[in-house]
Amino acid sequence: MSVANEAIVGHAPHGAIHGRAHVSAHGAAHGSRKSYIVGFLLAIALTLVPFGLVMTHAPVGTPLLIAVFALAQIMVHIVYFLHVDRSAEQRWNLTALLFTAIVVCIILGGSLWIMHNLYVNMMPGMMPGSMG
Amino acid sequence: MSTGPITARGGALAFKPGYADNAADALRDLRPASETTDFELEHHHDAAGTAQLGFWVYLMSDCLLFAGLFATYSVLHVRTAGGPTPQSLFDLPYVLAETVFLLVSSFTCGLATLAMGRRSRRATLGWLAVTFALGIAFVGMEVHEFAHMVADNAGPDRSAFLSSFFTLVATHGLHVTCGLVWMAIMMVLVVKKGFTPSTESRLNCLSLFWHFLDIIWVGVFSLVYLFGVS
Repeated sequence: MSVANEAIVGHAPHGAIHGRAHVSAHGAAHGSRKSYIVGFLLAIALTLVPFGLVMTHAPVGTPLLIAVFALAQIMVHIVYFLHVDRSAEQRWNLTALLFTAIVVCIILGGSLWIMHNLYVNMMPGMMPGSMG
Repeated sequence: MSTGPITARGGALAFKPGYADNAADALRDLRPASETTDFELEHHHDAAGTAQLGFWVYLMSDCLLFAGLFATYSVLHVRTAGGPTPQSLFDLPYVLAETVFLLVSSFTCGLATLAMGRRSRRATLGWLAVTFALGIAFVGMEVHEFAHMVADNAGPDRSAFLSSFFTLVATHGLHVTCGLVWMAIMMVLVVKKGFTPSTESRLNCLSLFWHFLDIIWVGVFSLVYLFGVS
């Protein structure tokens, strides 16, 4: 495709515009070696720290930390590996991703909420709060 | 996309948008051969972009499937029915090894797409082979873990916790296995056909799929294994 880019850039002025669009669409699809390396190192760190916390039986607060590290690592993967950004070519990818994130939150949060309520209200004899 | 470059090429003639198609036909005849190839390439690029967006929408719907399984697991993981609990079952160093295999494979998959961008067939095939081997190692470890659990009377029929555990983790493993089959096919295609627009588009989709599965695995090891043992 690099040959094609040079050919397109050769035609001014519309060629220049399209040449740039091609390059950025390309960049969005492949990323750069640097972005993969940065993403990989961040992902490794965000994996090892929570594993280390749990394996060394760190004090309380671990569940929250696990969740924070998991969300951070998912963000790192989305930005550095899937290359979703706010550029024009990525707008629909980003829209679909945000919509999915909302639905995932509703499914996860809603399930836990409903089942917790059901548990508390239907089985009063058992300890509430041991759920989820 | 089709009117953009055409009106731009029309330049001083200023075509009305409604006549753009006719103008395109007229211009295609007038244009030198080099511009025709640009037009074709742009067309290919559009098709690849549409395919990529369509695949992205599939990934998002797959994400919702996993959200349902994650929700099921988080509701049921305390229902052990007197059987084994997460604390007694899960071996964190083993899971960490699986995680590292998958994470490194995600990285090498990215390197394969970079090699494809450079048009290096050898490097692309090499990185795909490394990714494939790491994926096999991951699936192998998972199957080994499952076999052990079933042998220890901790199979999917033991409790609601284990049913939801096996459903969630095995669905992910099945996705990885499908990804491995796809990767093997792509390696054969790259050897036989080289980098055509269609193999390139498919490799890009495969790379998205592989990175996506790694993201799902982040959710699995955090929610199932780390939460389970902590």
